Amino acid sequence: MYAFKYHKAASVADAAAALSRGGDVKLLAGGQSLIAALKLRLSAPSDLIDLGGIKELAGIKLEGSGITIGAMTRYAEVARSVEVQAKIPALASLAGGIGDRMVRNMGTIGGSLAHDDPVADYPAAVLGLNATVHTNQRTIAADDFFKGMFETALQAGEIIVSVSFPLPRRAAYIKFKNPASRYAIVGVMAAETGGGVRVAVTGAASGVFRVAAMERALAANWSPDAVAGIIVPADNLNADLHASAEYRAHLITVMARRAVQAAS
Amino acid sequence: MKLSMTVNGKPVSAEVEARTLLVTFIRDSLRLTGTHVGCDTGQCGACTVHLDGRAVKSCNLLALQADGAHLRTIEGLAHPDGRLHPMQEAFREYHGLQCGFCTPGMLMSAVDLVQNHPDPSEETIRAELDGNLCRCTGYHNIVKAVKAAAAKM
Repeated sequence: MYAFKYHKAASVADAAAALSRGGDVKLLAGGQSLIAALKLRLSAPSDLIDLGGIKELAGIKLEGSGITIGAMTRYAEVARSVEVQAKIPALASLAGGIGDRMVRNMGTIGGSLAHDDPVADYPAAVLGLNATVHTNQRTIAADDFFKGMFETALQAGEIIVSVSFPLPRRAAYIKFKNPASRYAIVGVMAAETGGGVRVAVTGAASGVFRVAAMERALAANWSPDAVAGIIVPADNLNADLHASAEYRAHLITVMARRAVQAAS
Repeated sequence: MKLSMTVNGKPVSAEVEARTLLVTFIRDSLRLTGTHVGCDTGQCGACTVHLDGRAVKSCNLLALQADGAHLRTIEGLAHPDGRLHPMQEAFREYHGLQCGFCTPGMLMSAVDLVQNHPDPSEETIRAELDGNLCRCTGYHNIVKAVKAAAAKM
Protein backbone atom coordinates (compact mmCIF):
# COMPACT_ATOMS: atom_id res chain seq x y z
CA MET A 1 0.00 0.00 0.00
CA TYR A 2 1.03 3.62 -0.41
CA ALA A 3 2.43 5.42 2.61
CA PHE A 4 0.22 7.58 4.81
CA LYS A 5 0.34 9.43 8.11
CA TYR A 6 -1.26 7.52 10.99
CA HIS A 7 -3.03 9.15 13.92
CA LYS A 8 -4.58 7.34 16.85
CA ALA A 9 -7.62 9.39 17.89
CA ALA A 10 -8.07 9.84 21.64
CA SER A 11 -11.73 10.84 21.31
CA VAL A 12 -14.44 11.52 18.75
CA ALA A 13 -13.67 15.24 19.02
CA ASP A 14 -10.01 14.48 18.34
CA ALA A 15 -10.94 12.41 15.29
CA ALA A 16 -13.32 15.10 13.99
CA ALA A 17 -10.59 17.71 14.39
CA ALA A 18 -8.14 15.52 12.47
CA LEU A 19 -10.73 15.03 9.71
CA SER A 20 -11.18 18.77 9.36
CA ARG A 21 -7.46 19.48 8.93
CA GLY A 22 -7.60 18.70 5.23
CA GLY A 23 -5.87 16.20 3.01
CA ASP A 24 -7.38 12.92 1.88
CA VAL A 25 -8.23 11.59 5.34
CA LYS A 26 -9.91 8.27 6.10
CA LEU A 27 -11.21 6.86 9.35
CA LEU A 28 -9.95 3.41 10.37
CA ALA A 29 -12.47 1.33 12.32
CA GLY A 30 -11.97 -2.45 12.14
CA GLY A 31 -10.08 -2.16 8.88
CA GLN A 32 -11.52 -5.34 7.42
CA SER A 33 -12.52 -3.55 4.21
CA LEU A 34 -10.17 -0.57 4.39
CA ILE A 35 -6.86 -2.36 4.95
CA ALA A 36 -7.71 -4.78 2.14
CA ALA A 37 -8.47 -1.82 -0.14
CA LEU A 38 -5.23 -0.08 0.83
CA LYS A 39 -3.25 -3.24 0.06
CA LEU A 40 -4.76 -3.35 -3.42
CA ARG A 41 -4.15 0.38 -3.84
CA LEU A 42 -7.87 0.90 -4.43
CA SER A 43 -7.62 3.60 -1.80
CA ALA A 44 -4.65 5.87 -1.09
CA PRO A 45 -5.44 8.32 1.71
CA SER A 46 -2.82 10.78 2.90
CA ASP A 47 -3.87 10.28 6.52
CA LEU A 48 -5.51 7.49 8.48
CA ILE A 49 -7.24 8.14 11.79
CA ASP A 50 -7.52 5.04 13.95
CA LEU A 51 -10.70 5.00 16.07
CA GLY A 52 -9.65 1.79 17.82
CA GLY A 53 -8.58 3.49 21.03
CA ILE A 54 -11.84 5.34 21.69
CA LYS A 55 -13.41 3.11 24.35
CA GLU A 56 -16.69 5.07 24.54
CA LEU A 57 -17.48 4.15 20.95
CA ALA A 58 -17.92 0.47 21.75
CA GLY A 59 -20.70 -1.10 23.77
CA ILE A 60 -24.23 -2.44 23.61
CA LYS A 61 -26.98 -0.80 25.69
CA LEU A 62 -30.50 -2.07 26.17
CA GLU A 63 -32.81 0.84 26.87
CA GLY A 64 -36.58 0.39 27.21
CA SER A 65 -37.61 0.63 23.61
CA GLY A 66 -34.45 -0.41 21.85
CA ILE A 67 -30.82 -1.42 21.73
CA THR A 68 -28.06 1.09 21.01
CA ILE A 69 -24.81 -0.26 19.63
CA GLY A 70 -21.64 1.82 19.69
CA ALA A 71 -20.02 2.38 16.29
CA MET A 72 -16.82 0.53 17.19
CA THR A 73 -18.64 -2.56 18.52
CA ARG A 74 -17.27 -5.64 16.75
CA TYR A 75 -19.56 -8.03 14.87
CA ALA A 76 -18.60 -10.82 17.29
CA GLU A 77 -19.70 -8.74 20.27
CA VAL A 78 -23.14 -8.15 18.71
CA ALA A 79 -23.45 -11.84 17.79
CA ARG A 80 -22.77 -13.09 21.31
CA SER A 81 -24.55 -10.27 23.19
CA VAL A 82 -27.12 -11.71 25.58
CA GLU A 83 -29.30 -8.61 25.17
CA VAL A 84 -29.28 -8.70 21.37
CA GLN A 85 -29.91 -12.44 21.28
CA ALA A 86 -32.88 -11.99 23.58
CA LYS A 87 -34.46 -8.87 22.08
CA ILE A 88 -33.39 -8.81 18.40
CA PRO A 89 -32.20 -12.34 17.61
CA ALA A 90 -32.29 -11.53 13.88
CA LEU A 91 -29.56 -8.95 14.46
CA ALA A 92 -27.38 -11.29 16.52
CA SER A 93 -27.74 -13.96 13.87
CA LEU A 94 -26.94 -11.49 11.07
CA ALA A 95 -23.80 -10.30 12.87
CA GLY A 96 -22.75 -13.89 13.49
CA GLY A 97 -22.98 -14.67 9.80
CA ILE A 98 -20.71 -11.90 8.54
CA GLY A 99 -17.42 -13.03 7.02
CA ASP A 100 -15.53 -15.43 9.26
CA ARG A 101 -14.67 -15.41 12.96
CA MET A 102 -11.48 -13.36 12.47
CA VAL A 103 -13.36 -10.72 10.46
CA ARG A 104 -16.05 -10.71 13.15
CA ASN A 105 -13.46 -10.06 15.85
CA MET A 106 -12.31 -6.86 14.14
CA GLY A 107 -15.06 -5.52 11.88
CA THR A 108 -17.39 -2.88 13.33
CA ILE A 109 -20.97 -1.78 12.71
CA GLY A 110 -19.89 1.85 12.21
CA GLY A 111 -17.26 0.87 9.68
CA SER A 112 -19.66 -1.37 7.79
CA LEU A 113 -22.36 1.29 7.55
CA ALA A 114 -19.98 4.10 6.57
CA HIS A 115 -18.50 1.87 3.85
CA ASP A 116 -21.95 0.81 2.59
CA ASP A 117 -20.75 -2.12 0.52
CA PRO A 118 -23.65 -3.27 -1.71
CA VAL A 119 -23.09 -6.87 -0.58
CA ALA A 120 -22.69 -6.18 3.15
CA ASP A 121 -25.20 -7.43 5.74
CA TYR A 122 -25.55 -4.58 8.26
CA PRO A 123 -27.29 -2.21 5.78
CA ALA A 124 -30.13 -4.75 5.54
CA ALA A 125 -30.36 -4.80 9.35
CA VAL A 126 -30.44 -1.01 9.63
CA LEU A 127 -32.95 -0.52 6.81
CA GLY A 128 -35.05 -3.56 7.66
CA LEU A 129 -35.27 -2.84 11.39
CA ASN A 130 -35.66 0.95 10.89
CA ALA A 131 -32.61 1.79 12.97
CA THR A 132 -31.31 5.31 13.54
CA VAL A 133 -27.70 6.28 12.89
CA HIS A 134 -26.26 8.74 15.43
CA THR A 135 -23.27 10.77 14.27
CA ASN A 136 -21.21 13.42 16.02
CA GLN A 137 -23.40 15.99 14.27
CA ARG A 138 -26.97 14.66 13.98
CA THR A 139 -29.23 11.63 13.80
CA ILE A 140 -30.06 10.03 10.46
CA ALA A 141 -33.06 7.75 9.90
CA ALA A 142 -32.42 4.46 8.10
CA ASP A 143 -34.54 5.49 5.11
CA ASP A 144 -32.32 8.56 4.63
CA PHE A 145 -28.93 6.96 5.24
CA PHE A 146 -28.14 4.78 2.23
CA LYS A 147 -27.60 6.73 -0.99
CA GLY A 148 -26.04 4.32 -3.46
CA MET A 149 -23.02 2.14 -4.10
CA PHE A 150 -20.50 2.87 -1.30
CA GLU A 151 -22.37 6.13 -0.72
CA THR A 152 -24.16 7.30 2.40
CA ALA A 153 -25.68 10.51 3.74
CA LEU A 154 -22.57 11.10 5.87
CA GLN A 155 -20.99 14.49 5.26
CA ALA A 156 -17.27 15.23 5.32
CA GLY A 157 -16.12 15.34 8.92
CA GLU A 158 -19.10 13.32 10.15
CA ILE A 159 -18.38 10.29 12.33
CA ILE A 160 -20.89 7.56 13.22
CA VAL A 161 -21.05 7.30 17.00
CA SER A 162 -23.78 4.70 17.52
CA VAL A 163 -26.76 2.95 15.92
CA SER A 164 -30.12 2.52 17.71
CA PHE A 165 -32.36 -0.39 16.86
CA PRO A 166 -35.99 -0.30 18.01
CA LEU A 167 -37.22 -3.70 19.19
CA PRO A 168 -39.16 -5.47 16.42
CA ARG A 169 -42.16 -7.70 17.07
CA ARG A 170 -40.53 -10.31 14.92
CA ALA A 171 -37.75 -10.36 12.35
CA ALA A 172 -35.36 -12.65 10.54
CA TYR A 173 -32.45 -12.30 8.13
CA ILE A 174 -31.71 -14.98 5.56
CA LYS A 175 -28.64 -14.72 3.34
CA PHE A 176 -27.72 -16.62 0.20
CA LYS A 177 -23.97 -16.57 0.56
CA ASN A 178 -21.34 -16.37 -2.11
CA PRO A 179 -19.69 -19.74 -1.43
CA ALA A 180 -16.18 -18.30 -1.49
CA SER A 181 -16.39 -14.86 0.05
CA ARG A 182 -19.51 -15.45 2.17
CA TYR A 183 -20.79 -12.01 1.18
CA ALA A 184 -24.49 -11.79 0.32
CA ILE A 185 -25.45 -12.65 -3.23
CA VAL A 186 -28.88 -11.83 -1.85
CA GLY A 187 -29.74 -11.15 1.80
CA VAL A 188 -33.25 -10.33 3.01
CA MET A 189 -34.29 -8.88 6.37
CA ALA A 190 -38.03 -9.23 6.93
CA ALA A 191 -39.35 -7.45 10.02
CA GLU A 192 -42.58 -6.55 11.70
CA THR A 193 -41.54 -3.35 13.47
CA GLY A 194 -43.50 -1.01 15.69
CA GLY A 195 -43.99 1.17 12.61
CA GLY A 196 -45.08 -1.55 10.20
CA VAL A 197 -43.65 -4.27 8.01
CA ARG A 198 -40.24 -3.73 6.42
CA VAL A 199 -38.45 -5.90 3.89
CA ALA A 200 -34.84 -4.89 3.13
CA VAL A 201 -32.70 -6.53 0.45
CA THR A 202 -28.92 -6.40 0.20
CA GLY A 203 -26.48 -7.93 -2.27
CA ALA A 204 -28.86 -7.68 -5.19
CA ALA A 205 -28.47 -4.12 -6.38
CA SER A 206 -26.15 -1.09 -6.12
CA GLY A 207 -27.30 -0.63 -2.54
CA VAL A 208 -29.75 -1.92 0.04
CA PHE A 209 -33.42 -1.30 -0.82
CA ARG A 210 -36.90 -2.02 0.47
CA VAL A 211 -39.54 -4.00 -1.42
CA ALA A 212 -42.81 -2.12 -1.00
CA ALA A 213 -44.92 -4.79 -2.67
CA MET A 214 -43.71 -7.44 -0.23
CA GLU A 215 -44.23 -5.09 2.73
CA ARG A 216 -47.86 -4.45 1.71
CA ALA A 217 -48.52 -8.16 1.17
CA LEU A 218 -47.03 -9.11 4.54
CA ALA A 219 -48.89 -6.36 6.37
CA ALA A 220 -52.11 -7.93 5.15
CA ASN A 221 -50.95 -11.49 5.78
CA TRP A 222 -47.64 -12.38 7.46
CA SER A 223 -46.86 -15.64 5.73
CA PRO A 224 -44.30 -16.94 3.21
CA ASP A 225 -47.12 -17.47 0.72
CA ALA A 226 -47.89 -13.75 0.78
CA VAL A 227 -44.57 -12.94 -0.88
CA ALA A 228 -44.17 -16.13 -2.94
CA GLY A 229 -45.61 -14.55 -6.08
CA ILE A 230 -43.80 -11.20 -5.83
CA ILE A 231 -40.77 -10.86 -8.08
CA VAL A 232 -38.57 -7.75 -8.02
CA PRO A 233 -37.82 -6.66 -11.63
CA ALA A 234 -34.35 -7.76 -12.73
CA ASP A 235 -33.60 -4.51 -14.61
CA ASN A 236 -31.50 -2.78 -11.96
CA LEU A 237 -30.11 -5.80 -10.21
CA ASN A 238 -26.45 -6.80 -10.16
CA ALA A 239 -25.20 -9.36 -12.66
CA ASP A 240 -21.80 -10.97 -12.31
CA LEU A 241 -20.12 -14.33 -12.59
CA HIS A 242 -21.78 -15.47 -9.36
CA ALA A 243 -25.39 -14.75 -10.34
CA SER A 244 -27.33 -13.17 -13.20
CA ALA A 245 -29.79 -10.36 -12.50
CA GLU A 246 -32.68 -12.76 -13.15
CA TYR A 247 -31.26 -15.28 -10.67
CA ARG A 248 -30.88 -12.55 -8.05
CA ALA A 249 -34.50 -11.52 -8.65
CA HIS A 250 -35.51 -15.14 -8.08
CA LEU A 251 -33.35 -15.38 -4.96
CA ILE A 252 -34.94 -12.27 -3.45
CA THR A 253 -38.31 -13.98 -3.43
CA VAL A 254 -36.88 -17.25 -2.09
CA MET A 255 -34.91 -15.54 0.69
CA ALA A 256 -37.91 -13.35 1.56
CA ARG A 257 -40.11 -16.43 1.94
CA ARG A 258 -37.49 -18.09 4.14
CA ALA A 259 -37.04 -14.93 6.23
CA VAL A 260 -40.77 -14.61 6.84
CA GLN A 261 -40.91 -18.31 7.73
CA ALA A 262 -37.98 -17.97 10.11
CA ALA A 263 -39.48 -14.93 11.80
CA SER A 264 -42.87 -16.52 12.33
CA MET B 1 6.27 5.49 14.41
CA LYS B 2 6.83 3.94 17.81
CA LEU B 3 5.18 0.61 18.46
CA SER B 4 5.17 -1.46 21.62
CA MET B 5 3.24 -4.56 22.59
CA THR B 6 3.56 -7.83 24.43
CA VAL B 7 4.28 -10.78 22.16
CA ASN B 8 3.92 -14.27 23.60
CA GLY B 9 4.33 -12.77 27.04
CA LYS B 10 7.42 -10.70 26.29
CA PRO B 11 7.48 -6.90 25.85
CA VAL B 12 8.55 -5.71 22.42
CA SER B 13 9.22 -2.22 21.01
CA ALA B 14 10.10 -1.06 17.55
CA GLU B 15 9.97 1.77 15.04
CA VAL B 16 7.68 0.97 12.12
CA GLU B 17 6.33 2.69 9.04
CA ALA B 18 2.62 3.41 9.49
CA ARG B 19 1.73 1.13 6.58
CA THR B 20 3.52 -1.93 8.03
CA LEU B 21 1.09 -4.84 8.29
CA LEU B 22 0.98 -6.77 11.54
CA VAL B 23 2.02 -9.96 9.72
CA THR B 24 5.06 -8.20 8.25
CA PHE B 25 6.03 -6.93 11.70
CA ILE B 26 5.65 -10.40 13.19
CA ARG B 27 7.59 -12.19 10.46
CA ASP B 28 10.22 -9.65 9.38
CA SER B 29 10.87 -7.60 12.51
CA LEU B 30 10.22 -10.18 15.22
CA ARG B 31 11.44 -13.11 13.10
CA LEU B 32 8.45 -15.18 14.24
CA THR B 33 7.89 -16.95 10.95
CA GLY B 34 5.32 -19.47 12.15
CA THR B 35 2.60 -17.02 11.10
CA HIS B 36 2.21 -17.44 7.34
CA VAL B 37 1.13 -15.23 4.46
CA GLY B 38 -1.10 -17.40 2.29
CA CYS B 39 -3.32 -15.26 0.12
CA ASP B 40 -2.46 -11.75 1.35
CA THR B 41 -6.07 -10.76 0.65
CA GLY B 42 -7.51 -11.68 4.03
CA GLN B 43 -9.31 -14.84 2.97
CA CYS B 44 -7.22 -17.92 3.79
CA GLY B 45 -6.55 -17.41 7.50
CA ALA B 46 -2.95 -18.69 7.43
CA CYS B 47 -1.91 -15.45 9.12
CA THR B 48 -4.24 -15.86 12.11
CA VAL B 49 -2.91 -14.71 15.49
CA HIS B 50 -4.53 -13.75 18.80
CA LEU B 51 -4.83 -10.03 19.55
CA ASP B 52 -5.90 -9.46 23.16
CA GLY B 53 -7.28 -13.00 23.16
CA ARG B 54 -9.24 -12.72 19.89
CA ALA B 55 -8.33 -14.48 16.65
CA VAL B 56 -7.58 -11.93 13.92
CA LYS B 57 -5.99 -12.05 10.47
CA SER B 58 -2.64 -10.32 10.81
CA CYS B 59 -2.33 -9.62 7.07
CA ASN B 60 -5.41 -7.41 7.32
CA LEU B 61 -4.29 -5.26 10.24
CA LEU B 62 -1.74 -2.51 10.59
CA ALA B 63 0.94 -3.28 13.15
CA LEU B 64 0.03 0.03 14.80
CA GLN B 65 -3.51 -1.23 15.43
CA ALA B 66 -1.89 -3.69 17.85
CA ASP B 67 0.01 -1.00 19.74
CA GLY B 68 -0.28 -1.65 23.46
CA ALA B 69 -1.94 -5.01 22.96
CA HIS B 70 -1.13 -8.59 23.93
CA LEU B 71 -0.27 -10.61 20.87
CA ARG B 72 -0.03 -14.40 20.82
CA THR B 73 1.42 -16.15 17.79
CA ILE B 74 1.72 -19.86 17.05
CA GLU B 75 5.13 -19.80 18.71
CA GLY B 76 3.38 -18.93 21.96
CA LEU B 77 0.85 -21.75 21.92
CA ALA B 78 2.90 -24.60 23.36
CA HIS B 79 3.95 -24.66 27.02
CA PRO B 80 7.28 -22.98 27.73
CA ASP B 81 8.71 -26.38 28.67
CA GLY B 82 7.91 -27.69 25.20
CA ARG B 83 4.75 -29.65 25.96
CA LEU B 84 2.26 -29.17 23.14
CA HIS B 85 -1.02 -27.30 23.61
CA PRO B 86 -3.96 -29.77 23.61
CA MET B 87 -4.99 -28.43 20.17
CA GLN B 88 -1.51 -29.09 18.76
CA GLU B 89 -1.47 -32.55 20.34
CA ALA B 90 -4.88 -33.32 18.83
CA PHE B 91 -3.74 -32.22 15.35
CA ARG B 92 -0.77 -34.53 15.71
CA GLU B 93 -2.85 -37.47 16.93
CA TYR B 94 -5.64 -37.05 14.35
CA HIS B 95 -3.35 -36.20 11.42
CA GLY B 96 -4.93 -32.77 11.02
CA LEU B 97 -2.18 -31.49 8.75
CA GLN B 98 -0.16 -32.54 5.70
CA CYS B 99 2.02 -29.76 4.30
CA GLY B 100 1.48 -27.69 7.44
CA PHE B 101 1.15 -24.33 5.71
CA CYS B 102 -2.36 -23.55 6.94
CA THR B 103 -1.71 -25.21 10.30
CA PRO B 104 -0.50 -22.30 12.43
CA GLY B 105 -3.51 -20.22 11.41
CA MET B 106 -5.82 -23.21 11.75
CA LEU B 107 -4.56 -23.90 15.30
CA MET B 108 -4.89 -20.27 16.41
CA SER B 109 -8.39 -20.09 14.94
CA ALA B 110 -9.39 -23.43 16.48
CA VAL B 111 -8.18 -22.39 19.94
CA ASP B 112 -10.26 -19.21 19.67
CA LEU B 113 -13.22 -21.32 18.48
CA VAL B 114 -13.07 -23.63 21.50
CA GLN B 115 -12.63 -20.71 23.88
CA ASN B 116 -15.95 -19.37 22.58
CA HIS B 117 -17.66 -22.75 22.12
CA PRO B 118 -16.35 -25.10 24.83
CA ASP B 119 -18.28 -28.10 23.51
CA PRO B 120 -18.62 -27.50 19.79
CA SER B 121 -20.60 -29.83 17.54
CA GLU B 122 -19.07 -30.96 14.26
CA GLU B 123 -21.35 -28.51 12.45
CA THR B 124 -20.21 -25.63 14.63
CA ILE B 125 -16.56 -26.51 14.06
CA ARG B 126 -17.01 -26.66 10.30
CA ALA B 127 -18.92 -23.37 10.26
CA GLU B 128 -16.58 -21.53 12.62
CA LEU B 129 -13.43 -22.62 10.80
CA ASP B 130 -14.69 -21.24 7.50
CA GLY B 131 -12.08 -18.48 7.64
CA ASN B 132 -9.22 -20.98 7.41
CA LEU B 133 -8.57 -22.66 4.08
CA CYS B 134 -6.67 -25.92 3.74
CA ARG B 135 -5.66 -27.29 0.35
CA CYS B 136 -4.31 -30.62 1.55
CA THR B 137 -6.47 -32.39 4.08
CA GLY B 138 -10.08 -31.98 3.00
CA TYR B 139 -10.75 -30.78 6.58
CA HIS B 140 -12.13 -34.05 7.99
CA ASN B 141 -9.17 -34.77 10.27
CA ILE B 142 -8.95 -31.13 11.27
CA VAL B 143 -12.55 -31.30 12.48
CA LYS B 144 -11.84 -34.53 14.37
CA ALA B 145 -8.79 -32.93 15.97
CA VAL B 146 -10.69 -29.84 17.09
CA LYS B 147 -13.50 -31.98 18.55
CA ALA B 148 -10.98 -34.08 20.48
CA ALA B 149 -9.04 -31.04 21.70
CA ALA B 150 -12.22 -29.33 22.88
CA ALA B 151 -12.95 -32.29 25.13
CA LYS B 152 -9.55 -31.88 26.77
CA MET B 153 -9.51 -28.08 27.05
